[in-house]
Amino acid sequence: MSALFLRDLRLALAGGGGATTAVIFFLAVIATIPFGVGPDLNLLSRIGPAILWIGALLSTLLTLDRLFQADREDGTLDLLIAGPLPMPLVVLAKCLALWAASCLPLVLASPVLGLFLALQPAALFAVMATLFVGTPAIVFIGAVGAAVAVALPRGGLLVSVLVLPLAIPVLIFGVSATYAAVNEPGPFWPPFMILCALTLFFGALGPLAAGAALKGGGE
Amino acid sequence: MARLTLSALVVGRGATAVAGPFEIAVSAGEALVVTGPNGAGKSTLLRTLAGLLPPISGTVRLEGLAASDGEPAARLADVAHYVGHRHGMKSQITVGENLRFWARYLGGAAKEIARRAGDAADRSLGDRASSLSQDGRLSQLTVLPPAEALAAVGLPGLDAIPFGYLSAGQQRRASLARLLVAHRPVWILDEPTSALDVASQARFADLVARHLGSGGIVVAATHHPLGLESAKTLHITPPRAGRDDGPGAPAIDDAALAEAEGWL
Repeated sequence: MSALFLRDLRLALAGGGGATTAVIFFLAVIATIPFGVGPDLNLLSRIGPAILWIGALLSTLLTLDRLFQADREDGTLDLLIAGPLPMPLVVLAKCLALWAASCLPLVLASPVLGLFLALQPAALFAVMATLFVGTPAIVFIGAVGAAVAVALPRGGLLVSVLVLPLAIPVLIFGVSATYAAVNEPGPFWPPFMILCALTLFFGALGPLAAGAALKGGGE
Repeated sequence: MARLTLSALVVGRGATAVAGPFEIAVSAGEALVVTGPNGAGKSTLLRTLAGLLPPISGTVRLEGLAASDGEPAARLADVAHYVGHRHGMKSQITVGENLRFWARYLGGAAKEIARRAGDAADRSLGDRASSLSQDGRLSQLTVLPPAEALAAVGLPGLDAIPFGYLSAGQQRRASLARLLVAHRPVWILDEPTSALDVASQARFADLVARHLGSGGIVVAATHHPLGLESAKTLHITPPRAGRDDGPGAPAIDDAALAEAEGWL
């Protein structure tokens, strides 16, 4: 399992896996928002956390369709399915590698990009914390969509359509936890804990479902 | 004695039967060559054996084979290498990294074994004769490090080259080197010698013969002779126009077809 994780990480960082695409896309979205909204700092700091979260959600979706497709095209997926490691663990290892390669940079970049949106220091760290625990859930949900669409030539759009409704709760609780950290009366911990629970839930369910989809989709 | 038995095995895609029923047994040291015209179902049979497709009916039984963890193997996929039409290698990383990954992934403790084998004085291919002891359990001296596996397929010194830089035949040979970096008693080979030149085909036939000599089993679909004159042959007859396509499929015989064509 660690061998698969390390190989996927190396492939993603070598540039062929499209991991850098997500970071560049995230940067482009966040950097253009202030120009579109205008120089109203109060407005920017109010919508800033939501913009950061939506940007992270969309750029994660961008990378998801390649999660299994590259492996399928060169025949690696056949060997992984026939191999000794159970399919859910294969999916888990690939998801963790994708998260480390493409979502972790987003999380680390988010405080810097938050400065563009005039966020307060407390909000910067709240966004970073919620993205850190929330983005794995998006990856695990997306893995199911990617596994279902793996045999389709242009499955990327289908993945986004399948995954987006399921990812909405993650977005809602992520943004509400961030707002609660800034606005004093709102409680920070309940939505944050729900976000953690969502990640753990999809972390268990996603690999099982994606593994079954990949195995059943054999041709 | 290791033995692989197909009993009443019918293979297919989805719910559609493609070929079968097959009724054949292969023992340790024997090869099964699957022949037949294009589209007869050779690849479907091999993919079913590798566990990538569920059989329509019938069973694949294994006796006397141990998986890499020493337990008796339940699935053929646990003790088999599958080489399909696609290479299963990443073109961005080097050949050596690809092979090291598969060695770790498929072999589990293959690295350990390779290191221990390094302590042994002689790691020549000839020693692979002792790879399967009499009860079918694996001995330790069965795994080659990637560099030596590449040398064995005729690509010495190429392990630092990215896989994508190799020619088609070299890519094929590099992916065949995967057979040597992790030991599996059964090799399932789907057109293994496509894109290989004559010398490479001979070299690969030699590797297959050594594998058989060490008590392995080879199931291969091929149009080229693999030097397997003694092999059992399973000829798949091509599907005919009047073949029953499973429940609900309309049966069209030649007379009805001619009639319909005449009417058009």
